[in-house]
Amino acid sequence: MSADVMPITENKNTKKAKAVDTPWKTALRRFTRNKLAVIGFITIVFMFILCFIGPFFSPHNLYDYSLKNKNLAPNVTYWLGTDKLGRDILLRMMLAGRISLLVGFVATFITVVVGATLGALAGFYGKFVDTIIMRVADIFMALPSLPILIILGAVLSDLKVDPDIRIYYLMVIIGILNWTTLARLVRGQILTLREQEFMQATEALGLKDGRKIFKHLLPNTIPVIIVTATLSVAGAILTESALSFLGVGVVPPTPSWGNMISAANNLIDFRKRPWLWIPPGMCILITSVAINLIGDGLRDALDPKTKK
Amino acid sequence: MVKDLVEFRNLETHFKTTAGTVKAVDNVSFTIREGETLCVVGESGCGKSVTAMSLMQLIESPPGKIVGGEIFFEGRDLLKLSKKDMSRIRGNEISMIFQEPMSSLNPVLTIGNQISEPLMLHMLLDRKAAKKRAIELITLVGISRPEKIFDSYPHELSGGMRQRIMIAIALSCDPKLLIADEPTTALDVTIQAQILDLMRDIKQKLNTSIMLITHDLGVVAEMADYVVVMYAGKVIEEAPVLELFQDPQHPYTKGLLKAKPIINQKQERLYSIPGQVPNPIDLEDNCHFHDRCEFCMDICKVKQPPFRSHGKDNHKSACWLYEEEREVL
Repeated sequence: MSADVMPITENKNTKKAKAVDTPWKTALRRFTRNKLAVIGFITIVFMFILCFIGPFFSPHNLYDYSLKNKNLAPNVTYWLGTDKLGRDILLRMMLAGRISLLVGFVATFITVVVGATLGALAGFYGKFVDTIIMRVADIFMALPSLPILIILGAVLSDLKVDPDIRIYYLMVIIGILNWTTLARLVRGQILTLREQEFMQATEALGLKDGRKIFKHLLPNTIPVIIVTATLSVAGAILTESALSFLGVGVVPPTPSWGNMISAANNLIDFRKRPWLWIPPGMCILITSVAINLIGDGLRDALDPKTKK
Repeated sequence: MVKDLVEFRNLETHFKTTAGTVKAVDNVSFTIREGETLCVVGESGCGKSVTAMSLMQLIESPPGKIVGGEIFFEGRDLLKLSKKDMSRIRGNEISMIFQEPMSSLNPVLTIGNQISEPLMLHMLLDRKAAKKRAIELITLVGISRPEKIFDSYPHELSGGMRQRIMIAIALSCDPKLLIADEPTTALDVTIQAQILDLMRDIKQKLNTSIMLITHDLGVVAEMADYVVVMYAGKVIEEAPVLELFQDPQHPYTKGLLKAKPIINQKQERLYSIPGQVPNPIDLEDNCHFHDRCEFCMDICKVKQPPFRSHGKDNHKSACWLYEEEREVL
């Protein structure tokens, strides 16, 4: 190195490096400062612990039928009472939570993979690729999703799919039907990002398209993806509950919050035995509110325009 | 005899707009020799960048299109190469530095990641070897603490450092030609000088040819071996740097040189060339500079002057002032 090329002195930068946070640290700080979001987060963690660890401490068994104990009100042995077959409501509620949370998260994962990929492809290639993908998205958006889900659920029932496997079908169906919102958002982001100079630079470096999309463009859209995905977890849980309530989602004997509240369909149960449907109903309410609080918190935390 | 590295032959790049065709690059020919720094000078919008982009084949199409001519790189016509072959040349044999160091780096990837990328792609290094080479490169461009910088994100660096990183990325695969599109325009004067020093230094070390696009004649005087002056999509003068500064021929070049402040000389006002660059849409077949030229003759308004040397072999210009034939036919 010749003497006239001065190395940039580092003293001012070492100080700066300590003061400057990574974008993620800043986001985390903003998120933890949002009380509601933190409450939401703690609630979700609590729900997970309740549903996934709680059942191990239960003295009851999921398949303990005892008609002698049917329709008991909450008491010392059965904390939340029993249903019409004498099964413990608390245990069923916890196990149902596993299913509901799992459906919510797996369906969202599928939504993210499908939506982000298709949105990125549409935004990056433009022209006819964009036209095809976005018109298909329009078609998906134009179709009312609940009737379709009910039809697909009915088909599954007709094919006599095993209840355990049926859950996975349900995850895929809910996941795939939701891809359009995310695809649109990602596409919009990619459209502006690909005109940035750093993308021209990747072109000048001779990078391949796949690398450009998945390594250079998609990481830039992660904030959008995280926020949308979080909110869509709540949506997926609600959809699953609605379907199960209608009897075309998760079907008995596998418990889910949705098919547990379908007990409220029965007028006597609805009026005389609120312990049958209030606990799962509360679970759905608390979970979806908590997830939405987290989503809002994340949106504020990841938005670069809010400077706090 | 120094070998020719790149030769532009009658290159024509047009942009189709609804208002008409813009001939951004109109019949441009010049050569870049090995180990030489060639400066392309001209006002904004005269086709400097488009010429460079045509060489890299990074013209957005549509609306842009290379409609004619050839670009030879080491004897191969780049315009005839397949997309795949071309992307093997980009970043590997020809690389490019952009004007805006602030936006040329991807904000979500670390510096190291971005320097290693072309190394792993073109030189087929594994991650470890790429990291070693990347750290060497960061040191080469004069940044201390390369290991620390390797793991930093672009927003943690200053503009000058980012431009150095861009140079490091451009140099990563030992390119034969480095295109620098106004690399110092966005930087302040002291950093400008450092970056130019760095580029000169690297050129000497690696014997890389440089195609430097600029509108700053100070930069030209400091860096260039050979200068090409462009106006409205055409080359109007080319000469070795000393020759051009001592004896400019085209009135436009004269005007540019006159518009430069001179040290130790008090000037009330800097000279400026009157008028503006003509609207590039559907230009007529005349000297595009005629309405701003103080020596404008009748023939200038109706016919294009030929581009050739007038007396000196390596000094060419396109102006009727130096032609015998001046009558309007």
